Amino acid sequence: MTALRPAPAPGTAGARRPGPVRLLWLLVVVGVLAALAAASIAVGSRGVGWSDVLAALGGSSDDLGQAAVTKRIPRTVLAVLVGAALGLSGAVMQGVTRNPLADPGVLGINSGASLAVVAGLAWFGLFSAASIIWTAIAGAAVSTVFVYAVGALGRGGPTPLKLALAGAATAAALTSFITAIALPRGDLSVSIQSWEVGGVGGATSATITPVLPFLAVGLVVSLLSARSLNSLALGDDLAAGLGERVALARGLAAAGSVLLCGAATAVAGPIGFVGLVVPHLCRLLVGVDHRWLLPFTALTGACLLVGADVLGRIVARPSEIDVGIVTALVGAPFFIALVRRQRMREL
Amino acid sequence: MTTTHSLAAEELVLGYGERAVIDDLDLVLPAGRMTAIVGANACGKSTLLRSMSRLLAPRAGRVLLDGRAVHRMPAKELARTLGVLPQSPLAPEGITVADLVGRGRHPHQRVFSRWSREDDVAVATALEATQTTDLAERPVDELSGGQRQRVWIAMALAQQTDLLLLDEPTTFLDVAHQVEVLDLLTDLNRTRGTTIVMVLHDLNLAARYADHLVALAAGRVHAAGDPAAVLTEENVRVVFGLESRVIVDPTSGRPLVLPLGRHNVAAPAAAPWAG
Repeated sequence: MTALRPAPAPGTAGARRPGPVRLLWLLVVVGVLAALAAASIAVGSRGVGWSDVLAALGGSSDDLGQAAVTKRIPRTVLAVLVGAALGLSGAVMQGVTRNPLADPGVLGINSGASLAVVAGLAWFGLFSAASIIWTAIAGAAVSTVFVYAVGALGRGGPTPLKLALAGAATAAALTSFITAIALPRGDLSVSIQSWEVGGVGGATSATITPVLPFLAVGLVVSLLSARSLNSLALGDDLAAGLGERVALARGLAAAGSVLLCGAATAVAGPIGFVGLVVPHLCRLLVGVDHRWLLPFTALTGACLLVGADVLGRIVARPSEIDVGIVTALVGAPFFIALVRRQRMREL
Repeated sequence: MTTTHSLAAEELVLGYGERAVIDDLDLVLPAGRMTAIVGANACGKSTLLRSMSRLLAPRAGRVLLDGRAVHRMPAKELARTLGVLPQSPLAPEGITVADLVGRGRHPHQRVFSRWSREDDVAVATALEATQTTDLAERPVDELSGGQRQRVWIAMALAQQTDLLLLDEPTTFLDVAHQVEVLDLLTDLNRTRGTTIVMVLHDLNLAARYADHLVALAAGRVHAAGDPAAVLTEENVRVVFGLESRVIVDPTSGRPLVLPLGRHNVAAPAAAPWAG
């Protein structure tokens, strides 16, 4: 042991993971997102020439093509927002619970938001966008607390497996409640159904604006918890030893995650698999440091949802497939491949 | 990091649920020394260590760091003075050694602060001290048990605390790696003056490496002090319920406990076939 003298050259130890690789991926993901967003504006059931696209982006909507493009802009914006929110929300949830299967869908959080909204639509005559958002977030929060409480019962506290089981059981129960409420209500079934499948198609700036503050707060809270999540990943004892207030940090991060997925669900309906698949994919790209991982999951989630939306418009021309169905179709096999490639265990 | 901090427990009562594991315990840990806490299984060694590092709140009594109750100190401030290495920390899948060690810098960072030159130096020094510099870019999953334990200690070193509490740092290691880890901790103690407090299973390694031994029995301190004073045949009988012979270790001059089981011991009357 000759050690214990100060290091010769700081940085040689590579305390920061190879930046260039991550930066490269960052550029790639941003590039892909830009390309997909462009495609989302240009591509649709109505073919539109690039001249019309440019004219519409300039504010003109003189002919049908330009009008179609004008309609696709808010839709693209919403897909970016919802995708980013769901991807980030899933990553935070996986970090908070140290559970590789955690996802707003698996943990029953989306179902809680959905049930609250459906109940609100059916019984309380919810109409305003703001009331739907608040209801969805409240539902998401209640189901999160409930699933966490059930998962924490018994020995060993909230282990990943118990949380996932509690979440799956809760999601199943809530989903059947939703059906029970929606089925007998013929007057509402169409609006509930289209909302339930999940979609960004009907987006206008009027539907997007009210949800922006919620997404913004959720985004900031989630990104700021990156360092806490890095500590929590080492186990509660070690995190506490590193000066983390474990319960507070976990609660804050979970609140950010719930805000994001609650708001996303309120505006686009429950969309599965984004929060589950995106964080795993991003970990393969940039590693397990949440300070990199979280922004990446937001960008990649946006890519996935915009891509799924574009795909849904192409494959079923002249009709469209809802984005929630596409993410399920694309996400499920992708997730199986991920599980096969990466041995799943506690994060 | 030459200042010495005092860590002490006063009338400490600890427990899980109904059961009190530690009952009315008083303890002073000598600053700048290596202390080993020994005792039978389930005697409350780990519980005591957890509470001394504020992972477990006391039911009654206090843990005092320089006269201040640790459970009331700001978490990050405490974490800059007192580091803890739990028995089974989790390494996220795929994390590199450098990334893991860097997470020891957490208490020195603020929400918006960027990774600093100071952080770099701390990590590089910790890697070097534990001879893990060459492993820096390797995933922790791929390391051997001994290497991994050195990496965890490196993480605790990057935290740059004057006190380091370790819960059974040698579990799951073969004897060579046990000695290696204890040698490393001794180096830290001697060169940096770091106060080391560790729970150890192996009495003889505890006697060899600790300056100060604390023997727990029935939730209290049965004996504490110099290893030679604590490791007596009588104390081993009371603390572990084990008959033993204690001799002087010819290599260190410290006590060496030879357990007397029922078999293969050349006790005069115990072997009917002898003579």
